[in-house]
Amino acid sequence: MQASVMNIENIRNDFPILKRKVHKDKPLVYFDNAATTQKPIQVIDSISNYYLNYNSNIHRAVHELAEESTAAYELTRDKVAKFINIKHREELIFVRGTTEAINLVAYSWGRQNVQKDDIVVTTEYEHHSNIVPWQLLTKEKGAKLEYIGVDDNGELILDQLDTYLDTGKVKLVTFSQMSNVLGTISKTEEIIKKCHQKGARVLVDGAQSVPHLKVDIQKLDCDFFAFSAHKMLGPTGVGVLWAKKELLENMIPFNTGGDMIREVHKYETTWNDLPYKFEAGTPNIADVIGFSAALDYLDKIGMDKVREHEVELTKYALDKISAVKGIILYGPPDVTKRGGVISFNLGDIHPHDLATIIDEDGIAIRSGHHCAQVLMERLDVSATSRASFYIYNTKEEVDVFIRSLNRARELFRL
Amino acid sequence: MSSADIYREIILDYYRNPRNYGKIENPDISQKDSNPLCGDELEMHINLRNNQVSDVKFTGKGCAISQASASMLTELIMGKDFDFVKKLTKEDILENLGLHELGPARIKCALLSLKVLKYGIYSYVSEKLKDTVSADKIKEEASGLF
Repeated sequence: MQASVMNIENIRNDFPILKRKVHKDKPLVYFDNAATTQKPIQVIDSISNYYLNYNSNIHRAVHELAEESTAAYELTRDKVAKFINIKHREELIFVRGTTEAINLVAYSWGRQNVQKDDIVVTTEYEHHSNIVPWQLLTKEKGAKLEYIGVDDNGELILDQLDTYLDTGKVKLVTFSQMSNVLGTISKTEEIIKKCHQKGARVLVDGAQSVPHLKVDIQKLDCDFFAFSAHKMLGPTGVGVLWAKKELLENMIPFNTGGDMIREVHKYETTWNDLPYKFEAGTPNIADVIGFSAALDYLDKIGMDKVREHEVELTKYALDKISAVKGIILYGPPDVTKRGGVISFNLGDIHPHDLATIIDEDGIAIRSGHHCAQVLMERLDVSATSRASFYIYNTKEEVDVFIRSLNRARELFRL
Repeated sequence: MSSADIYREIILDYYRNPRNYGKIENPDISQKDSNPLCGDELEMHINLRNNQVSDVKFTGKGCAISQASASMLTELIMGKDFDFVKKLTKEDILENLGLHELGPARIKCALLSLKVLKYGIYSYVSEKLKDTVSADKIKEEASGLF
């Protein structure tokens, strides 16, 4: 199909959904990967294998099925630990997704550590899930929420962070390693260093970065890190919160109930060890096990290759789309500073109209505010269209997309 | 419906040159709503005289369907009896737009204007006319749109 660093044809064969047609006879061009990625057959098989052969609850029963399911569930934890390079597996907590991970930190750590007049710093390019929990927390505590602005190239204005840090009141700085709208890759290590010099804790939202870049938590040395399985070939309903042990040990539980306790008496309860203290109730066993297969899949390709492919494809797409008359592009022009996400507007065509038109040609993109209304305000637009790529996307698909954009221009008489 | 059928000349014309765009000072009816899924926004102002719509204006931002729908709705109700306006249905709006087979995602764009109108009428009927029975019926219709 194309000269590339990976064998795309083989990869595509692993994704049954890519063979389906949409709108009767149009091959599917799936460019909505920043929302969720498709799943390879290996992930689908591993979930059905669990239900077909060893479905059982984990951690409690002593029968053989329970031993198998517990082992498979805990094996995923080991694989995640290796994938993002962390030392202690017990620092990894399975949650429903990035949103729940951030809410957990806001509730369990935030309530104990953020007090009146303290400052929590986020950024203008955050997803709502990294804004709203902090609005609630800071309002409850009488603390302040501040924003690091975004410059015209779509990058964070780090001088503003310095100003906040200089007050000595910043308790937490929370930001995404890659923007879900602009694709901007944050200067993560630099931000973390600055924050730690001033005694502020750092939460990194890795929902968009872990699927596309090699992430090394020990090297980053942040305090909290969150991401979701479904944006990296895994099932929906599984996410990961990683946090430093000394923080987790002092945090109050988020959900309480089964599995997270050591002893329960009528009026007192003691907590289970990490990570179980934060995994109350029966977790999403099947999908955690499915996530394991997704990690294997990405490991086999290698995250360096994933990144290489996306840089090449994004560069190709940016070149082509820039030539479409009336296009307005958002985000860093330099492909080394961004991921495979292209946000744009085309003339006066509203993104929803555009998405409707190109959907007819089989192309799935996202249109709207992308759960980033603060950023939309900053960009002074009500919405954008967004095409986002992954390992199975090709230059030929980009060509189909560009032809479809030109058809939309004709329909709107641009 | 194909895009060629949706984005006809008339829809694009109302999108780019909306009729009755603007605001009314101290209107009898003032109502605002948005579609949280896509962020489309719409505000409608209406004045009534002798039980007829004497003036109507709207402001908003959003897709061609939502904005054209709002503009065409204002033209439809201008000068009409309040009873006629109260009885407008989903079918009337789609007929007026010439859009009959919109999918579940886009039909909300077409009906946002009617939703705003119905909630506006609801507030007017319940607060100014104190007719809670009619008001409740209108509110039910509004919330049932999507």
